[in-house]
Amino acid sequence: MKILVCISNVPDTTSKINFTADNKEFDKAGVQYVINPWDEYALTRAIELKEAKGGTVTVLNVGEADTEPNIRKALAIGADDAIRVNAYPKDSFFVAQQIAAVAKENSYDVILMGKESIDFNGSQVHNMVGELLGIPAVVPAFKLDMVDDTTARLEREIEGGKEVVEVNLPFIASAQQPMSEPRIPNMRGIMTARTKPLKVVEPSGADTKVDYVNYSKPEKKGGVKMIDPENAGELIKLLRNEAKVL
Amino acid sequence: MSVLVFVEGLNGEIKKSSLEAASYGSQVAQQLSTTATAVAIGDVKQDALTRLGEQGIEKVLYDGDERLNQFVADAYVKVISKAVEQEDAKVLVFSNSNIGAAIGARLAVRLNGSLATNVTNLPQTDGGNFTVTRGVFSGKAFADVALTADLKIIAIKKNSIEITSGGDTATVENLSADLSDADFAVKAKETVMQDTGGGVLLPEAELVVSGGRGMKGPENWHLIEDLAKELGAATACSKPVSDMDWRPHHEHVGQTGITVSPNLYIAIGISGAIQHLAGVNSSKVIVVINKDPEAPFFKAADYGIVGDAFEVVPKLIEAAKALDK
Ligand SMILES: Cc1cc2nc3c(=O)[nH]c(=O)nc-3n(C[C@H](O)[C@H](O)[C@H](O)COP(=O)(O)OP(=O)(O)OC[C@H]3O[C@@H](n4cnc5c(N)ncnc54)[C@H](O)[C@@H]3O)c2cc1C
Ligand SMILES: Nc1ncnc2c1ncn2[C@@H]1O[C@H](COP(=O)(O)O)[C@@H](O)[C@H]1O
Repeated sequence: MKILVCISNVPDTTSKINFTADNKEFDKAGVQYVINPWDEYALTRAIELKEAKGGTVTVLNVGEADTEPNIRKALAIGADDAIRVNAYPKDSFFVAQQIAAVAKENSYDVILMGKESIDFNGSQVHNMVGELLGIPAVVPAFKLDMVDDTTARLEREIEGGKEVVEVNLPFIASAQQPMSEPRIPNMRGIMTARTKPLKVVEPSGADTKVDYVNYSKPEKKGGVKMIDPENAGELIKLLRNEAKVL
Repeated sequence: MSVLVFVEGLNGEIKKSSLEAASYGSQVAQQLSTTATAVAIGDVKQDALTRLGEQGIEKVLYDGDERLNQFVADAYVKVISKAVEQEDAKVLVFSNSNIGAAIGARLAVRLNGSLATNVTNLPQTDGGNFTVTRGVFSGKAFADVALTADLKIIAIKKNSIEITSGGDTATVENLSADLSDADFAVKAKETVMQDTGGGVLLPEAELVVSGGRGMKGPENWHLIEDLAKELGAATACSKPVSDMDWRPHHEHVGQTGITVSPNLYIAIGISGAIQHLAGVNSSKVIVVINKDPEAPFFKAADYGIVGDAFEVVPKLIEAAKALDK
């Protein structure tokens, strides 16, 4: 089975988010980048499936050269090879077109992604790729098993419940907790990752559909009002009369 | 041209998040001097459809094909494409639900539109531009995004738009998209709805009471549940609580769980790790109850009580009982 895992390169969750002085761009200074946490669930599930059934796991990132440390990390966790489409990920549609172009060339059986990227919170790329390739996308899935060589069984979250879905290969799924238990690369993994193939390809002609024009941060909270624990019931009155939320 | 709103049903009624989308859609229609039409699919009662007039919807297109009672992306996309074409829609509005984001993305590719998900505000439409504000970096920032294609597709973040009321009744017209069996190829085998014990569904909730590891064990959850019940709130928990199986996974909020933005979030015995905050930081009012005055959550709170949950929560339950409802 050939599995493609799409990983995005995002600021670590504990990062302070800042923008350039004109608020037009994200300020990368001092920010540590990680593999998007949901993509790690996808990656480890892909590796588990490969270990159980054989096959290959390829990781794909659309990004500039500074994403390579995290691509190497994915190789160290257990992917076999990697592809980087050498371009800044301008918007979801642009990224989706690059992923679709790579997928068309290599025909994967399963394409796994994360539920959403934690920087732009789009939740868009999976279904855009699905539409471009004309295949289903099961999102967001928290369980994925192969029934046989041609069919997979997934459980996906719906508002207020879950659905059990069976799909034929090829398909796309986006992973969320608890699809797998993310792994920390071991020494051997880190050593072998250095020699695994990482192919860099140039983007194919694609356009964007949205322009990010400005960023802002939420207004600061007015500070916390403390209530005496002996008099805790007072809180409920404040929530009704002052905050007006009850 | 017109504005088209996709509304989702639940047990025959329109979901709250879809009423928000309808309110948004009719305000956009006003901005653009046009009308708002809704499209509804599957199991929704007729009078729930006509009541969409309250939110300013003039007409509802309804496809009652029984095969659509369950969500099937391909089929839904076909029905909505048909409605877009029929109404010459230039703006398409969804709720940012799992369904809304999924079909919004497919339609953006199929119909060559610009898509913005997680949108929190009405668009700026002066000078022929169309710019919306969307939440980015897990609630830590906002981005203004210009939608440059002819067709603008917008998915509204839950609980960020007031539901309007006071309109007329909407007229209902049937819509049929000539669906074939192939459109239903990827259909759920089984759908299991959560048992909320008659309570409120977390993703739709306006009030949420949430417990963390400070609650010590599942046997103490009656405190969380009783407070939630008195307030009419949904219950939630932190990640370790669901990892230890004290509570089901669908209650876990945060960066790796679900994101909520209720009017009120009460966090009891939760430290306030950044990954937890990522799922709750756009709540309008945050209350933190923790025995440690240094707990980081207090920095994000509007109201706080430093105290032992096992002493504080029973007092809150008593006070909530005394409220006239
Ligand atoms: C990649 C990644 C993703 C993550 N995703 C999530 C996520 O989505 N959601 C999430 O919640 N976490 C997530 N986490 C975990 C997160 O970092 C924290 O570990 C977790 O939120 C802590 O849960 P907690 O506050 O319930 O427990 P603790 O941190 O153990 O805090 C318990 C709190 O209870 C207080 N307490 C103890 N006893 C009492 C008492 N009797 N009365 C009142 N207060 C009391 C303590 O003072 C303490 O502040 C993630 C971590 C990583 C690395
Ligand atoms: N630049 C990128 N390179 C590779 N995969 C990506 C990229 N951006 C997003 N993805 C994938 O698409 C998923 C959804 O992203 P998004 O639609 O941006 O929320 C992510 O979890 C990744 O799996």
